[in-house]
Amino acid sequence: MRSMPASQERPLESASRKKGGVFWKTFFQQRYLYLMSVPFVLWAFVFSYLPLWGWTVAFQKFKPGIAFGDQKWVGLQYFRELFADEQFYRVLRNTLAMSTMGLVAGFVVPIVFAVVLNEVRAMPVKRFVQTVSYLPHFVSWVVVAGIVTKMLSTEGGVINEILVSLHIVDEPIQFMARGGLFWYIVTASDVWKEMGWNTIIYLAAIAGIGPDLYEAAKVDGASRLRQIWHITLPGIRPTIVVLLIMSIGHLVGIGFEKQFLLGNPLVSDYSQVLDLYALNYGLGLGRFSFGTAINIFNSVISVFLLLVANGIFKRTTKESIF
Amino acid sequence: MQAIRRFAGRPWSDQLFELVVYFILIVVTVVTLYPFLNVLAISLNDSTDSVRGGLTIYPRVPTFKNYETIFAFGGLITGLKISVLRTVVGTVLGLVSASMLAFTISRADFQGRRFVSAFLALTMYVSGGLIPFYILIRDLNMMNTFAVYVLPGLVSAFNVFIIRSFIDGIPYALQESAKLDGANDWTIFWRVILPLTKPALATIALFLAVGQWNAWFDTYLYNGSDEKLTTLQFELMKVLQSTTTNADQFRGRNMTEVMRQISPESVKMAITIVVTVPILVVYPFLQKYFVKGMTLGAVKS
Repeated sequence: MRSMPASQERPLESASRKKGGVFWKTFFQQRYLYLMSVPFVLWAFVFSYLPLWGWTVAFQKFKPGIAFGDQKWVGLQYFRELFADEQFYRVLRNTLAMSTMGLVAGFVVPIVFAVVLNEVRAMPVKRFVQTVSYLPHFVSWVVVAGIVTKMLSTEGGVINEILVSLHIVDEPIQFMARGGLFWYIVTASDVWKEMGWNTIIYLAAIAGIGPDLYEAAKVDGASRLRQIWHITLPGIRPTIVVLLIMSIGHLVGIGFEKQFLLGNPLVSDYSQVLDLYALNYGLGLGRFSFGTAINIFNSVISVFLLLVANGIFKRTTKESIF
Repeated sequence: MQAIRRFAGRPWSDQLFELVVYFILIVVTVVTLYPFLNVLAISLNDSTDSVRGGLTIYPRVPTFKNYETIFAFGGLITGLKISVLRTVVGTVLGLVSASMLAFTISRADFQGRRFVSAFLALTMYVSGGLIPFYILIRDLNMMNTFAVYVLPGLVSAFNVFIIRSFIDGIPYALQESAKLDGANDWTIFWRVILPLTKPALATIALFLAVGQWNAWFDTYLYNGSDEKLTTLQFELMKVLQSTTTNADQFRGRNMTEVMRQISPESVKMAITIVVTVPILVVYPFLQKYFVKGMTLGAVKS
């Protein structure tokens, strides 16, 4: 490099200077575009990226109100505490159980419902049922938790009334007090709330299937069930796979709203999930470092699952999100 | 009649298929609507009569007393005000930020385009988690402020990408001709892009408004001790949790008074309806927009 003649270096230099000049010229021309994006990018930096810096708290004996440099570093101590905590494994079990159940039900039910809706020929009926089915999506979890508790209550809850009047049970079941039922209640509530909403994407995918395929199948004498099996379902497979990968990425990040609102101390062995654990045993007890360690574990596992799911589906079905 | 005759002419397997389809539709409709109608009936029923149970979808002893009682409680009025305020402010701010960002990253000639897109996309996959976020909010001195409702969630990558894919469908020639007429990017955004993006904006406005209206956890976490900053959802949450055994700590001081006058059940149901009705009134009219918005977003991402 050093032996390179000066005459060869010069054109390069002037080209890059020129390029820089062009950049600033365009920068000035696009000043309004910068004005409309830079403030919000900074905003996103503060509220989405700065919390990642907050992960350092998990490796410190964090005391609020002390400067960053004065915090005492403790390495992996809080992670060791976390993995030694018996409760952590129960929480992890609950998280995985509810997310897996939610994943299965949350996929099967909307797909079946979308296929059924697609078979309805009377448009006003179809539109009415769709509008009704979107309703619970727009209602808050607070309201849904209230409604679910009411419907399952032992005093005038409709489910118990039906069960008793059909003599399936002799006495009303205390649904909300039985730990063993909690996972099923959460899953059913979730399906009830999001079933209609989740059909939107599948219906759009079904609408994209060419009508000629169905015409050909009809000519071949295929029944409507066979048409669903051989045309509709394969037609929406790419959509299903993409949504599946994204859901697997969210397996441990299922949130805690449902569990927080539907749970009570009687079922806490089954209702405590990772975020709730971080909230109650981290924040609630002022153990910021311990809670952050839980959050980190959560985020890292999420990204890991997302990448694994993406990789597996990329190999086996050639569909992936990146 | 004609429909029936057409139905009768089909092979039996088709008829069975059709019956199963309609059976499922009826089940879904009943299962979705019954709980809401039941709650509505109890809220409009005399509270001492409700205790007898057996109410279905119409009130037995109709009365507005439950509503009168809950609205006499000051906390609910404050909650209503704050909920409306945060919904309006949060929706407007969210729309401005999402549409401006969407406009800039839809411009192929914009130098920062790739960086801004990637920067936003990453926020959809990485999150610091609850406690680092809590520490951040506290360090920014946003505890017990109204700002905590509208500022942290101001930029949402998901909304940006939905609007972007809509703007991509607008011919670029429109922007070029506006430029020839001497318009700068700022004017183009307000005069050309925004009016043409209305359907996407309606979708995003609905998502933002519903999100704001339904939020309760930020009140619980950051503003729980400040009664002036309470929200409707938080008030409902406190009331709902107060009879399940874990929630003595949430029991609102004034609300217990109200509960003594009419049964807790009636209070809960009436507040539930108050919280739900605004949504019920709005969403069916925006259906065409949000279905399209969801579809666009899904195809793009």
